Amino acid sequence: MGQVKGKYGKYGGQYVPEVLMPALEELEEGYERYKNDPEFLAELDHYLRDFAGRETPLYFARNLSKKYGSKIYLKREDLVHGGAHKLNNAIGQALLAKYMGKTRLIAETGAGQHGTATAMAGANLGFETVVYMGAKDIKRQQMNAYRMELMGTEVKPVETGSKTLKDAINEAFRDWVTNIENTHYLIGSVVGPHPYPVIVRDFQSVIGREVKEQILQKEGRMPDSIIACAGGGSNAMGIFYPFIEDKDVKLIAVEAGGKALKCTEKAALHSASLCAGEEGILHGARTKILQDKNGQILESESVSAGLDYSGVGPELAYLSEIGRVTARYATDDEALEAFHELSRHEGIIPALESSHALAYLKRASEAGELGEVVVVNLSGRGDKDLETVLSLRGGI
Amino acid sequence: MERQKISEKFSELREKKEGALICYVMAGDPSAEKTGEIVKALVNGGADIIELGFPFSDPVADGPTIQVAGQRSLAAGMDTQRYFELIKNLDVGIPLVCMTYYNPVFRYGVEKFVEKAADAGISGLIVPDIPVEEAADLKNSCEKHGLDLIFLIAPTTTEGRVQKILERGSGFLYLVSRLGVTGAREDVSSSTRELLSRVETGLPKAVGFGISTGEQAAEVRDAGADAVIVGSAFVKIIDEGKDVNERLEALAKELKSGIKRAS
Repeated sequence: MGQVKGKYGKYGGQYVPEVLMPALEELEEGYERYKNDPEFLAELDHYLRDFAGRETPLYFARNLSKKYGSKIYLKREDLVHGGAHKLNNAIGQALLAKYMGKTRLIAETGAGQHGTATAMAGANLGFETVVYMGAKDIKRQQMNAYRMELMGTEVKPVETGSKTLKDAINEAFRDWVTNIENTHYLIGSVVGPHPYPVIVRDFQSVIGREVKEQILQKEGRMPDSIIACAGGGSNAMGIFYPFIEDKDVKLIAVEAGGKALKCTEKAALHSASLCAGEEGILHGARTKILQDKNGQILESESVSAGLDYSGVGPELAYLSEIGRVTARYATDDEALEAFHELSRHEGIIPALESSHALAYLKRASEAGELGEVVVVNLSGRGDKDLETVLSLRGGI
Repeated sequence: MERQKISEKFSELREKKEGALICYVMAGDPSAEKTGEIVKALVNGGADIIELGFPFSDPVADGPTIQVAGQRSLAAGMDTQRYFELIKNLDVGIPLVCMTYYNPVFRYGVEKFVEKAADAGISGLIVPDIPVEEAADLKNSCEKHGLDLIFLIAPTTTEGRVQKILERGSGFLYLVSRLGVTGAREDVSSSTRELLSRVETGLPKAVGFGISTGEQAAEVRDAGADAVIVGSAFVKIIDEGKDVNERLEALAKELKSGIKRAS
């Protein structure tokens, strides 16, 4: 995959303060040491099965299929403990941190899903856990903040900058720089400096591996298309990665188109770094980011807090550039429509993140672009978003 | 005014057996006009080298004091072109160093950024989020245009990495006195002493992060540093906005006399 020491083509790498370099080296060594260790893998397997609830079903969406005239399957990551795919990675990294002798976990969270997953893993594995969350996001996602606190995690509000995910990441980096000796920074997506994009991708690849077996069982063949939403891109990389060599399978990453694919002077009205970003360096990696002509990072926007990020994973940037992954976007309005449609037709309330993938499914199906067998990664459930949706509709 | 190179400044100080005071402020904070006065006050107070920050929206290596200064500068309209103009027009003869993050440099074009910096009379560059492994392009451009590329060494930096950094660094070495981000602290860490004794180099060793008083400056100089870097303490005065130039000059004087007082 053109990967040399954390590089994907020109993307990836390690752009961090010197103080963090040894921690990244230590993490890389730790990961190399344990990733094939039978004891580690057995324990991980145990947690994924009995704690997280894997494997998750590959659900044949009968009503959607009828509507769009193709066979549509939903990978039910919304059924993972905590309600999203985030736990796959959180439990993997927390376990790794434990094997490496760390006693404290820090994380940052936008929508709260990754924070919640980290809180669950931290509580279960006995870590002191701190989660940074933008003050604005805490307001948007109070229940998730409370869930974390219930599990013994300290939720630290971040008041700097735009008070959202990007600023929470900056604060987490600062904490890590200060407490590097006992602390593992549990990054929640395929972003950040090497080796994070590799580690998160590998832990999330369980999604794609299961899909591969399940679709063979159900259809006796590979799917024609796989669709996943992409903010940082962890659920997308997780489901795509095992299919990368299967060149006939179309891989589609759907970004948050927000209000429109436009920018004001200080902010983007969207979060579509693959579709509309430019090459740059953010949070430790060279990737596609939203920035102005002076290299200042633009704030992003999306109805879904989990996609509201100014960057994207470097491997996804690379795969999109070489044409292996197709990058598309869906707007807030389209996502909201898909949110309602799935709830109504299948009795499943999707996360607003996943609703972007579903929105694209609708558009592309109507255009006949997806083929006969389609898998959509239902990365999370929508319970956390009910308040957002309700407020946008102005009540029931 | 012709500006000294960093190496010239250090050999001048070496002859006088004197340590250097390196002052950091954010360019354009609170405005481009004020930066001129601020720099003058620091020079009057005894600054030997001045680092002028170019603001970045997401400064992970800096604490809140400097982050807020960057936001003020950006809000006041600072951009790459204005930054270079500002530096060019500063009426000082001591070396000026640009400190920023990699994305603004990368976005502008590494070669072009370094060329413009050299034109503006900048002697050196500090980019805290680019480790030696990723710095080849920047290093080549700096060599071509005669700029020093200054690297940081942290208490966590391993021996192997220290060697790599020593091979590639120039101007001076920026030793981070403690774990954490920039910002004034109460005490000077014992890791400073250890780090100073661990790093053997012909380059001047400058210690930064957390220093804000003459007492601390003396202590750091005593521990074997060739230079003391102070940032947040100056930025805080600018932030408070009261008698700024007088207080900056007074603090610089206090720090410089601390450095001179040391044995």
